[in-house]
Amino acid sequence: MTPLAQSGGLQGSNPIINISIFVAFVVVTLVVVLRASRTTKTASDYYAAGRAFSGPQNGIAISGDYLSAASFLGIVGAIALYGYDGFLYSIGFLVAWLVALLLVAELLRNTGKFTMGDVLAFRMRQRPVRAAAATSTLAVSFFYLLAQMAGAGVLVSLLLGINNPAGVSLVIAIVGVIMIVYVLVGGMKGTTWVQIIKAALLITGAAAMTLWVLAKYGFDFSAVLQGAVDKAGATGERLLEPGAKYGTSEISKLDFLSLGLALVLGTAGLPHVLMRFYTVPTSREARRSVVWAIFLIGLFYLFSLVLGYGAAAMVGPETIGQAPGGSNSAAPLLAQALGGPVLLGFISAVAFATILAVVAGLTITASASFAHDIYANVIKRGEVADKQAEVRVARITAVVIGAVAIVGGILARNQNVAFLVALAFAVAASANLPTILYSLFWRRFNTTGALCSIYGGLSIAVLLIVFSPAVSGSETAMLSGVDFHWFPLENPGLVSIPASFFLGWLGTVLSGEHDQAKYAEMEVRSLTGAGAEKASSH
Amino acid sequence: MTTEESESRDPTAEQWTEAHASADFVALRRRLRGFVFPVAALFLGWYLLYVLLADYAHGFMSVKLFGNINVGLVLGLLQFVSTFVITGIYVRFANRRLDPVAGRIREDIEGRSE
Repeated sequence: MTPLAQSGGLQGSNPIINISIFVAFVVVTLVVVLRASRTTKTASDYYAAGRAFSGPQNGIAISGDYLSAASFLGIVGAIALYGYDGFLYSIGFLVAWLVALLLVAELLRNTGKFTMGDVLAFRMRQRPVRAAAATSTLAVSFFYLLAQMAGAGVLVSLLLGINNPAGVSLVIAIVGVIMIVYVLVGGMKGTTWVQIIKAALLITGAAAMTLWVLAKYGFDFSAVLQGAVDKAGATGERLLEPGAKYGTSEISKLDFLSLGLALVLGTAGLPHVLMRFYTVPTSREARRSVVWAIFLIGLFYLFSLVLGYGAAAMVGPETIGQAPGGSNSAAPLLAQALGGPVLLGFISAVAFATILAVVAGLTITASASFAHDIYANVIKRGEVADKQAEVRVARITAVVIGAVAIVGGILARNQNVAFLVALAFAVAASANLPTILYSLFWRRFNTTGALCSIYGGLSIAVLLIVFSPAVSGSETAMLSGVDFHWFPLENPGLVSIPASFFLGWLGTVLSGEHDQAKYAEMEVRSLTGAGAEKASSH
Repeated sequence: MTTEESESRDPTAEQWTEAHASADFVALRRRLRGFVFPVAALFLGWYLLYVLLADYAHGFMSVKLFGNINVGLVLGLLQFVSTFVITGIYVRFANRRLDPVAGRIREDIEGRSE
């Protein structure tokens, strides 16, 4: 993953066009955020946008939250370089939404207020489970934030021609500051509007490029594939077959399986996705929003398949591999090949906006979790005099998280974006999903079980990552020169997810705690929506 | 759709327990679980089968069906199709078979606690 040191950015790229389109996006979204801020007063406004968004609006915002830089730049790049194996990412990312739709979204919306901790705390001992839920939320958000900020760094050197560390760091800091302003000023409502605008731009841009690529090949996808095969030369056929990236050894095949598991089970445990279900007034709207999200995300991944092979055919794997930013540059390079500097500028600005919006979504989730779960319910034991104090804490937390993200992004700017995101998915699937599923569906589940599955899943996942070849002892490792790895797989999901399910079960049966009355109430609430938080109108 | 009046008092623990034991609620839970559990097993199994094929059956996945379109690509696209179809079926099921019962129970609880 070492981008070639070049004097400028992408050849033919015009930094002035790139910057102006990006600045236009920032100005428009800031105006929207400012307008939204006028009605952000209560905690429900700040965390859940007053639960006033409609299903379709929230669905578009979910796709905006979900289609991160890893989805866009990462998947298109992976398909362009590794062909079929890159496609598998998009399938995992999409099928995962069925878990959210069928098992999690509506029940969660009916049971909680703002965070995952609300659902767990319903029938368990408040303070320990809220602390645990907030810990895993912060951990997942941190990994995800690192990935996005690292992506911002790659884009900067790629598009603005800034290659010196100080310049890249400065731009990462600017991105971070803008994001903090969005969250501070607009709360969840402002952030949601940023997601909606960004999703519309991203999906429209990808659709236009897809049609353009297909038109060049007479709307024959087979011809696009042939183009990719021809361009790649002798080994071109490998692009169409599975195994180009993960098929080399038995270990890498297991790694692929592990990745597949983490992807499909991670989505429904991602805190910033879970929190979006609270921005709608009813479970029916939560359902509609997931349906919108599934269709938009599915459509986008179909586009990315065409774009990936299109980039392989029109730009070629060799050029992409040697460009600054490596595989991440496939989508911008394809835009340039199709529409010259203007389309490149547009697509780059969209990619920037993508990072900005996802980072804002993560920041508000992490700050809400800290303020609502840790400050209000663990430190103040649920006795915060006025909700304003809680929102104030959330805002301060957002600033702190933003600062951490800026520093982390500067440190992680050379890391592989897709790898960091897959890590966040593995941690979410291990720490959060088993706990949420048990909590919603298993009568017997209790505090000990929840603590075991959250802390157990979280620590096993993080431990296996630290001692994996991803961190030390391989060519692409984060740390070079040292080798302390003993776990063979890069992705821990294959071990950590079943382990977390097991620990949740074990902890539960070892403890006698059970509150039947609370369970009855929770189950009735979750299935019917009785007593759920209503929308606030302004 | 929902009642306009504000909830002055939360339902009591007895009311929740009573609603939990009611025939309507038991039927609703059975209906929901009877749908989501088998369907979840089905799509996760189908996804796992696909991942294992892509992982271990390279030869089979590389068989070309027409033009450059091979078995792997078709199976991958079928994952998209099955996701869309399951989404559609679930929404239809939930709107018709779950929402009316859930709404009845909800109005019953919220109405009585006024």
